[in-house]
Amino acid sequence: MKVLVTVKEVAAVEDDFEISGTEIESTYLDYDLNEWDDYAVEEAVQLAEAGDDVEVVAVTIGPERAEETIRMALAKGADRAVRVWDDAIEDTELLDVETKARLLAAVVEDEDPELVFSGVQANDDSFGATGIALAETLGVQWAAVVNDLDTAGVLDEGVASVRRELEGGVEELTDVELPAVLTIQTGINEPRYASLRGIRQAQSKEIAPKSLDDLGLDADVVASSLDITAMYEPETESDAEYIEGDAGEQASGVADVLRDAGVVGE
Amino acid sequence: MSVLAVADHRRGELRGVSFELLTAGRELADAMDTELHAAVVSGDTDGFADELNRAGVDHVHAVEHGAEFNHDVYVQAVAALAGDLDAAVVLTPNSVNGLDYAPAVATRTGRTYVSDAIGLDHGDTLEVTREMYGSKVETTMEVSDGPYVVSIRGAEWPAAEGVGDAEISTFDADIDEDAIGATVNGFEEVGGGDVDIADAEFLVSVGRGIEEEENIALIEALAETTGATLSSSRPIVDNGWLAKNRQVGQSGKQVTPDVYLAVGISGAVQHVAGMKGADTIIAVNTDPNAPIFDIADYGIVGDLFDVVPALIEEFGGEAPSV
Ligand SMILES: Cc1cc2nc3c(=O)[nH]c(=O)nc-3n(C[C@H](O)[C@H](O)[C@H](O)COP(=O)(O)OP(=O)(O)OC[C@H]3O[C@@H](n4cnc5c(N)ncnc54)[C@H](O)[C@@H]3O)c2cc1C
Repeated sequence: MKVLVTVKEVAAVEDDFEISGTEIESTYLDYDLNEWDDYAVEEAVQLAEAGDDVEVVAVTIGPERAEETIRMALAKGADRAVRVWDDAIEDTELLDVETKARLLAAVVEDEDPELVFSGVQANDDSFGATGIALAETLGVQWAAVVNDLDTAGVLDEGVASVRRELEGGVEELTDVELPAVLTIQTGINEPRYASLRGIRQAQSKEIAPKSLDDLGLDADVVASSLDITAMYEPETESDAEYIEGDAGEQASGVADVLRDAGVVGE
Repeated sequence: MSVLAVADHRRGELRGVSFELLTAGRELADAMDTELHAAVVSGDTDGFADELNRAGVDHVHAVEHGAEFNHDVYVQAVAALAGDLDAAVVLTPNSVNGLDYAPAVATRTGRTYVSDAIGLDHGDTLEVTREMYGSKVETTMEVSDGPYVVSIRGAEWPAAEGVGDAEISTFDADIDEDAIGATVNGFEEVGGGDVDIADAEFLVSVGRGIEEEENIALIEALAETTGATLSSSRPIVDNGWLAKNRQVGQSGKQVTPDVYLAVGISGAVQHVAGMKGADTIIAVNTDPNAPIFDIADYGIVGDLFDVVPALIEEFGGEAPSV
């Protein structure tokens, strides 16, 4: 059995940053594995550990720089990786959902896995759509915002019994047929830290680069319908009263507020 | 041409965002000089359709099929209706169920998808305002290549009010039962247990700024000294540092205490959804631009590892060393 995990290297923005044009200046960006994808990788690795002969393949769309992040997935137990990149992708400011789905679908069609795990969303552009658009592009089943998966059902019965985390502490119990794409919610498992051995082994695992050509796609596929016309810091709507001073002064200011509100017994 | 807003419901009730969709949809329909249609799929379609008949809605379509959300039914129904109406924009909520069908509708019908809009306009083309990098920046984007599916963020538009004079009709989406591959077996409430944070009048709430599990003791000491109940943002629960019943937010509890003291919490929209109804919000955060300050009544820009021990002392307690 084969499980594919889509992973993305995302940029986090430092507290102080500057925008130039419609981009955040790169010196203020720190790159890391997308939080949701960390859980997706763990879910795939746990499935591999529970089953016989389950291969885990990580797939990313990203520049060479992203290999460092992809190695983290390999160090945590993915067997190999595919990295999709192309000059034509590099030239696109913001890939739209359709493009990401089509690029990933080309890899999925090559690999033919029973299950694909994606993160619910990526921390940077937060479209929250790639996994489900991918499923529909492939014509397979899916479930969004999954916080529990019955491993035995997948391995023995070919069905994904999941819990979807709805709003307000309610979960939906749903079965979907395989093959399927599941978007994985944080908290579904406890992502492991990469062991030293894992990190060492990851160095020799394959990260296969794939261009549009390799995937049998032409450059039109990356034409984005999104054109960012402005990027700015949101105007603060704050009318908070700021309590200034050193920590002691701030603390006594807070204490006054609490006493005035009558929630502390003094 | 038209704007088509698709309502959200669960367990017999329309969810609030459905009425916000009508407001967003009416504004957009005005900008495009076209009609606003609303749709409801499954559930008590008659009752729901009546409720969706608010001022500004031109037409309500009811698709009868089963009681609860099933993404295969929704995708088929919305795709068919959008096609039938030649809808320029399909508006959906960026809810958990929205995440489960809206991208698939877009893919199936060849529409461009944009999610989590906080602003919408239409000049020469569709213009969408949305956030990136958490809530650090806002972007405005022009979206070419209509027609579109756009999901909107909750609580950004006011709910549509007033009874409208919409035409109400049923739409036969001709659902293909064989193409339904997902089976919804039921629901379960989670997050019960020893404490109900929704009952507390004073919550001390801890976020990822606490860094390590050991440091939670510091916030516990603060809660104990002040007689507060302890709650948290999601990552603390995801990490297993506190139980699920402590989580405030969209997927946790909605709380309305007299005082909510947020310590090391950034104020992500899914968190704020659970606590914006607190009477007094106090936030402690090192980042002066953290969105939590937008809704705070009192702001402390500072390091929790300095401020919290000082606050414990202020009330005569002893801060554990962390
Ligand atoms: C479908 C879905 C549902 C979700 N449901 C929920 C939900 O129910 N509840 C919820 O909370 N989240 C929910 N989230 C997650 C949400 O998007 C955020 O990721 C989460 O709320 C962030 O938690 P946080 O503020 O603790 O962490 P962060 O966003 O990482 O913020 C940590 C904050 O601590 C500050 N800080 C760091 N060090 C210090 C220090 N020493 N002193 C003071 N401040 C410091 C930082 O400046 C930062 O602002 C959901 C997400 C999705 C996609």
